[in-house]
Amino acid sequence: MLRAFFASGLVVAAVGLTANPAFAETPVEVLAALKAEASGTPGFQGFSAEHGESFFKTKHSHNLSCSTCHTDNPAAQGKHSETDKLIKPLAPAANEERFTDMKKVAKWFKRNCNDVLDRECTPQEKGDVLSYLLTVKK
Amino acid sequence: MLLKVKNLTRMFAVVVLIMGATMPVAHADDDEDEGRQPAVSNAKWVSECGACHVAYPPRYLPAESWRAIMSGLDKHFGSNAGLDAASANEITAFLEKNADTRKHETLAKPLLRITETRWFKSEHREVAAHNWKNPKVKSRANCGACHTKAESGDFNEDNVKIPK
Ligand code: HEC
Ligand code: HEC
Ligand code: HEC
Repeated sequence: MLRAFFASGLVVAAVGLTANPAFAETPVEVLAALKAEASGTPGFQGFSAEHGESFFKTKHSHNLSCSTCHTDNPAAQGKHSETDKLIKPLAPAANEERFTDMKKVAKWFKRNCNDVLDRECTPQEKGDVLSYLLTVKK
Repeated sequence: MLLKVKNLTRMFAVVVLIMGATMPVAHADDDEDEGRQPAVSNAKWVSECGACHVAYPPRYLPAESWRAIMSGLDKHFGSNAGLDAASANEITAFLEKNADTRKHETLAKPLLRITETRWFKSEHREVAAHNWKNPKVKSRANCGACHTKAESGDFNEDNVKIPK
């Protein structure tokens, strides 16, 4: 029922009656925006998928890592550590909805980084993570 | 026939959504009907409040509880669920409008958990302690572990299956 309800909502969006188009950005555009942000920090030398991967899999505060919920394989379905709710794959190759809405990306980076690191992630960290996710194959 | 009625309801829901309003819901005051009320929805609520757990139906808590939950989203049961003001306002209005209106005790501090309400405890009095502790259930708030159609707002007792 909800899915059908959503589907109808998407049709409406496609017709242009609402201000919320399905895909506002592409992952590459999101990465470019993060790069523009990171470029402002001294010593910035580009993003590293390798750093992104170790950041993603390393446990930070509270014994939590990004992979606690998103698993060590971001192309696979994840599971919320508190509620067991299933989480769709995070890698764009496995889920075309990922990183297509700048606002959604910013919101979840903010929440999840706070949960995992007790602080927000830096533009460098976010760009590293996205660079890593973009290398993950389905 | 049943399908047609469902479709009509769906279309109605979409029309209401387009008009930017939410659907009123009738309240039965008898506990036995708890799982059988029509599911109301709001797209923003589904996407925001259904991301980390099932979107708990508004009819399961009174308005003052929803207001208290919505005003503390930055520290939400150990998670950060903070929202922009526009989304928070829209969702609060939807929750208040469809909240539980049955008589209940007014507490100094409103309950923040459905699982702590009197009706929840009463509906679940036959669920044994070992079922709650089953790792497949993990938390009472994990409604979907037993209510197989919780995701669609259906808590009907016919769709309950306690994991073994
Ligand atoms: C406690 C569980 C949990 C942890 C830990 C977690 N996430 Fe998430 N993450 C979620 C949930 C839930 C969603 C939103 C549900 C969805 O979109 O499927 C999400 C969504 C996201 C999104 C949104 C992507 C998009 O465009 O849809 C990003 C980015 C993200 N997480 C990054 C991270 C990073 C980076 C970390 C580690 C610092 C992390 N997450 C740790 C649960 C978690
Ligand atoms: C970032 C993740 C996240 C988001 C987003 C989120 N919640 Fe939660 N919520 C949780 C966690 C974690 C719990 C605790 C679950 C448990 O005890 O098993 C919880 C518990 C709850 C409970 C109590 C359940 C019970 O009866 O025990 C309610 C009610 C609730 N959330 C409402 C909401 C509403 C309303 C929204 C949308 C504004 C929302 N949540 C968004 C993570 C989230
Ligand atoms: C451990 C399994 C389990 C969990 C978890 C669980 N329930 Fe239930 N629930 C049941 C059982 C069993 C019944 C009783 C069914 C019966 O009377 O035959 C029930 C009954 C109900 C009913 C009454 C249904 C009716 O048709 O009268 C409602 C409403 C309900 N639960 C809501 C919830 C909500 C909301 C949550 C999560 C916050 C939840 N339940 C979590 C097992 C569970």
